[in-house]
Amino acid sequence: MSGTKLTPVITEYWDDAKPWSIDSYRSHGGYSTLKQSLETDPDDVIATIKDSGLRGRGGAGFPTGMKWSFVPQNDGKPHYLVVNADESEPGACKDIPIMLANPHALIEGVIMTCHAIRAHHAFIYIRGEVPHPIRRVHQAVAEARAAGFIGKNILGTGIDLDVVVHGGAGAYICGEETALLDSLEGLRGQPRLKPPFPAVAGLYASPTVVNNVETITSVPYIIRNGVEWYRGFGTEKSPGFKVWAVSGHVRRPGIYEAPLGITMRELLDYAGGIREGHELKFWLPGGSSVPMLTADHLDTPLTYEDMVEAGSMLGTGTPMVFDETTSVVKAITRWLEFYKHESCGKCTPCREGTYWITGTLEKFQGGFGQEKEVDELVELCNQIMGRSFCALGDAAATPYPGALKYFRSEFTDALTQPPDDLFSPSATMVIPSPAGVAG
Amino acid sequence: MSTTSHEATGSDTPTVKMITGTIDGTDVTVPEGTMIIRAAELMGVEVPRFCDHPLLDPVAACRACLVEVEGMPKPQPSCAVPLGDGMTVQTQLTSEVADTAQKGVMEFLLINHPLDCPVCDKGGECPLQNQAMSVGRPESRFTGQKREFPKPINVSSEILLDRERCVSCARCTRFAEQIAGDPFIALLERGAQQQVGTGEEPFDSYFSGNTIQICPVGALTSEEYRFRSRPFDLVSVPTTCEHCASGCSMRTDYRHENVMRRQSGDDPEVNEEWNCDKGRFAFPYLQLERLATPLVRENGQLRRASWPEALRIAADGLAAARGRTSVLTGGRLTMEDAYAYARFARVGLGTDDIDLRARAASDEETDFLSGEVAGSCGPVYRELESAPAVLLAALEPEEESPIIYLRLRKAARAGTKVFSLGPFASQGLEKMAGSLVECVPGDLATQLDQLDDETAAALSQPGAVILLGERAATEPGAFAAMSRLVQRTGAEWAWVPRRAGERGAIDAGCLPGLLPGGRPLTDETARQEIASLWGIDPDELPATAGRSLAATVAQIHADAKAASEAGEEEEFSPELAALLVAGVEPDDIPNADQFLTALDSVPFLVSLETRPSEVTARADVVLPVAVVTEKSGAFVTWEGRRRPFGTVMPQPTSFTDAVVLALLSDYMDLATPPREVDDLRTELGNLGAWQGSRVSPADVPAGSAQQPGSGEAVLASWRYLLDLGTMQEGEPHLAGTRKPAVVRISAATAAANGVEAGSRVRVSTDTGAITLPVELTEMAENVVWLPLNSPDSQVLVSLGALPGDTVRLERGDV
Ligand SMILES: Cc1cc2nc3c(=O)[nH]c(=O)nc-3n(C[C@H](O)[C@H](O)[C@H](O)COP(=O)(O)O)c2cc1C
Ligand code: SF4
Ligand code: SF4
Ligand code: SF4
Ligand code: FES
Repeated sequence: MSGTKLTPVITEYWDDAKPWSIDSYRSHGGYSTLKQSLETDPDDVIATIKDSGLRGRGGAGFPTGMKWSFVPQNDGKPHYLVVNADESEPGACKDIPIMLANPHALIEGVIMTCHAIRAHHAFIYIRGEVPHPIRRVHQAVAEARAAGFIGKNILGTGIDLDVVVHGGAGAYICGEETALLDSLEGLRGQPRLKPPFPAVAGLYASPTVVNNVETITSVPYIIRNGVEWYRGFGTEKSPGFKVWAVSGHVRRPGIYEAPLGITMRELLDYAGGIREGHELKFWLPGGSSVPMLTADHLDTPLTYEDMVEAGSMLGTGTPMVFDETTSVVKAITRWLEFYKHESCGKCTPCREGTYWITGTLEKFQGGFGQEKEVDELVELCNQIMGRSFCALGDAAATPYPGALKYFRSEFTDALTQPPDDLFSPSATMVIPSPAGVAG
Repeated sequence: MSTTSHEATGSDTPTVKMITGTIDGTDVTVPEGTMIIRAAELMGVEVPRFCDHPLLDPVAACRACLVEVEGMPKPQPSCAVPLGDGMTVQTQLTSEVADTAQKGVMEFLLINHPLDCPVCDKGGECPLQNQAMSVGRPESRFTGQKREFPKPINVSSEILLDRERCVSCARCTRFAEQIAGDPFIALLERGAQQQVGTGEEPFDSYFSGNTIQICPVGALTSEEYRFRSRPFDLVSVPTTCEHCASGCSMRTDYRHENVMRRQSGDDPEVNEEWNCDKGRFAFPYLQLERLATPLVRENGQLRRASWPEALRIAADGLAAARGRTSVLTGGRLTMEDAYAYARFARVGLGTDDIDLRARAASDEETDFLSGEVAGSCGPVYRELESAPAVLLAALEPEEESPIIYLRLRKAARAGTKVFSLGPFASQGLEKMAGSLVECVPGDLATQLDQLDDETAAALSQPGAVILLGERAATEPGAFAAMSRLVQRTGAEWAWVPRRAGERGAIDAGCLPGLLPGGRPLTDETARQEIASLWGIDPDELPATAGRSLAATVAQIHADAKAASEAGEEEEFSPELAALLVAGVEPDDIPNADQFLTALDSVPFLVSLETRPSEVTARADVVLPVAVVTEKSGAFVTWEGRRRPFGTVMPQPTSFTDAVVLALLSDYMDLATPPREVDDLRTELGNLGAWQGSRVSPADVPAGSAQQPGSGEAVLASWRYLLDLGTMQEGEPHLAGTRKPAVVRISAATAAANGVEAGSRVRVSTDTGAITLPVELTEMAENVVWLPLNSPDSQVLVSLGALPGDTVRLERGDV
């Protein structure tokens, strides 16, 4: 079997009766070192996270400690922590399970992070379409407040903190950190011009740290167990463990927590391998916004650096796996339809480019693409890539060129024949569709 | 305000750090913070752009301006990245990356654009069209279905929106938010469905027309201009707006003999690149019924006459009334025409009865304008912008001088504190984040004297400014009180009239006792200077100060009374035997009835007018004169800045007031005065600043507000920018954007008078009544505000009352 072991940390006690309760979390050491950590000099907390090498789990992998250290000190302005729980990336499903099963680790992370960045107000911005985690985090905040971990003079340390849980209104772009801040301020969610960066002028023009749920949830474990322990997992440039959410044509889709550097082959093994009687066609390491990879890359370590080397990105670290029943044309068209729908409209390349590309792909999906359009689409993607206002445009420009690299013939086939003729929609279904609903 | 010349404002501005970068291989040195796109412009490189606008905060949304910056992995929006010291930039001229990036964006911009240029107002002057020509592909690769919207939709009665043409540059919405402060439009929806919309707030802005001008496509158009012309058929002339003393630079576009549209000119010192909707859209009045020929009265009826006949009758009548004529010039003349009147009155008519004010005025104000304002220079727009604090007294800039409002709003966004002495915090004051110093009409002088220490301290900072509006004329003691406040704080100050011609006419000497160039009539040196300029003996100038408009009206009534008492047989010689009236609208004058009966009873009335009016209807001789587009001249802003403009459409058959006065002089066998604009301007200019002593304003005691009894209130009122002004006639779409007339009273005053939210209020005097819906407003108690000259609310005419007077108040719908 695999050489890399699963290392349940965040997911360790998810099989407890009610892992989300404060009692369950405390019985596993949760909040036990909170007071001590609140009595540590904030700069030392920042230094610990810096030394741990923790990188942001929201997709970009930015070093977390470094981000915190950008917050100006003694500037007389309020500071804010905003937890990005807008998880809307196609294929990404890790933050929502974390919030459902281990909300208190998130909250303890919030408290510790606020202490480090000298914030007295934190916001948890949760994707609006998912009421369960919103309810659960609300409940957890109430429990933590009742236990004296949130509120005035926490555990007698003199530290005050308020935590607000905010439900979004349903836009992928509101996961982009500056659009999220606008949304939180009650404005229309569109990304802001940077600089200034949120660390200097974020929420209400005050220094703000925006971090992903998984990033913040990792914090209490690092603080409790130390830098050396954390660096014991993963690689030099990608230290630590990660919550991998494997989905698609595998036998046991789900959450697997393992160190960075594990390979897709190993993760596939844990997930029970490809569906019975099928074989791997392509996979994406972290959501629809990263280029696809094939079986050739199964042994590449899943780290930030190796994935870039392989021509993709680690992204959210939520691999999507597709077997040979999948039409690449249809998969790409779905994603582009998503990006077109979610484009905020602010900048020309993304707004118009996704409109155009999606329209063309829908023609391919219908079996009446034109030959010149196969390469024209790459040009259109290049006209978006690196020219759009925010990374959503780049994300929209990513799937097609990657797909064409490995599966060009599927697009040329679609000049004459609808992909549905070549790839039976029912064969690719993981969950059989109700009668009458086509794929 | 000071009478010495204006000190240079540049000297104490902090030194700007200069940096040097390289664009397309050439070094360029610019002030730190200059965006790459601007730096490139300076060296003659034009980078394409849509969302960029130099007066709006950058958004970097359209991505048309991408350039390559050394060391940056992606092409950068040159409109939002400042040139750095040592930075190396390559534009489309030298960088393949920049060139393809720009071309890609251009191609994208066109896929959802309807390309209906042949029927689009912007066609021919459209940045999208132009840049598509230079950056776009000859043929589109896009073959899909374009996004469609119903077109066009009204965002107001004047402004139309064609969403298909919109390129989502957000210039209009940023203008609304950042400049005007009226969030009447916003971007809605997302992706390709993103569109400009009006949201929930009703459209409400005096500056909406600017959005048409800055829209880089034809998405925003006006009802007034839509489909009326193509830009290449228009002749454009730089002009100055005739509507108010803000003094906007404008561009007037005409075709054949009609003005087609007016746009804001670009003058960084005055209106920057903006103007108000009145200036932009209120020009159709110029083409309404004009007086085609002179008219003379025969058997009680006006009939057409030739110029020689009419001039003969006018000249004889005026000559017979020499020394007994009064001249009313109105506030709309150019400085040069006003000067011609000032001279003609003294030389041609032997009178000092001359008044430019067709509005509420006072003797106290006459002294103030003569002694302190005439020929002076005070703070200018830039100083408003840099002032730490500005106090507004009897002035609502958004309604009465819109460019002052825009400048103050810009200043306030950068930290200037605005205070206003008024009965309530107006919308304009709120948009300037200003503070109200509550002041009931009639109480201004007292309030100026008793200004709280905090506000006074703010005004004591160097560079602070007090702006006193023309409505101060109805506030007893206000001018003296302002002088005291200036003494107390050391603040700069300026007086702000509403009409475009007032300040020029003051400088030109159209006030009793005031000769041109700020020279007092009673000063020997002044008399000598003026007499030698006019080629007469100083003794020929009137000896004592003449009559104001109010005194003129009173005299005519006194004469009429004396005449009726004298009986039929007696030979009666009135004190005032003739009136010479130019551009006066009787409804603007308090007690318009009395004014009109004076016009009826004065023995001889000569009217110089552009259109038939209530004055021409009563005149013995009517002499038609040129409208603003047919002549050149200058208006003078509230700052004292001359704003010369040229003739838009020369009309050989129409004469300026100055030319007509010169003709009258000829017919009166007087020496011909200068009649050409240049000569008049030179003559007035040669006079130079007056260094001698000036009229010292009388120390009028500070007035205080009246104490209304039960069922009564003190009247507060001013004009909305868009109202029943005659120069707004003929443009119904603009009229559709007027603010609705309401009565404002406080909740307590309402309760005390049985008025509830939603009910109507009747405001009345012995003269008449006005009934309007109530708008409960946080304001002083026992004060009632209503617009001065709006539909259903003509305060002067219907109530015969002025601000500060006591009126009756009751529920109006019972
Ligand atoms: C279109 C778009 C959507 C995003 N959605 C999310 C999201 O749902 N959750 C998230 O944590 N980060 C998301 N991000 C990344 C955030 O902008 C930001 O980088 C991240 O929250 C930083 O947190 P981290 O440093 O902890 O990763 C998104 C970015 C883009 C461009
Ligand atoms: S790339 Fe542009 S249009 Fe797309 S989401 Fe970002 S800002 Fe909006
Ligand atoms: S209407 Fe014009 S100015 Fe406004 S966003 Fe559209 S293109 Fe820009
Ligand atoms: S602000 Fe005054 S000068 Fe400017 S356009 Fe309006 S009316 Fe004319
Ligand atoms: S002009 Fe620079 S992005 Fe629009």
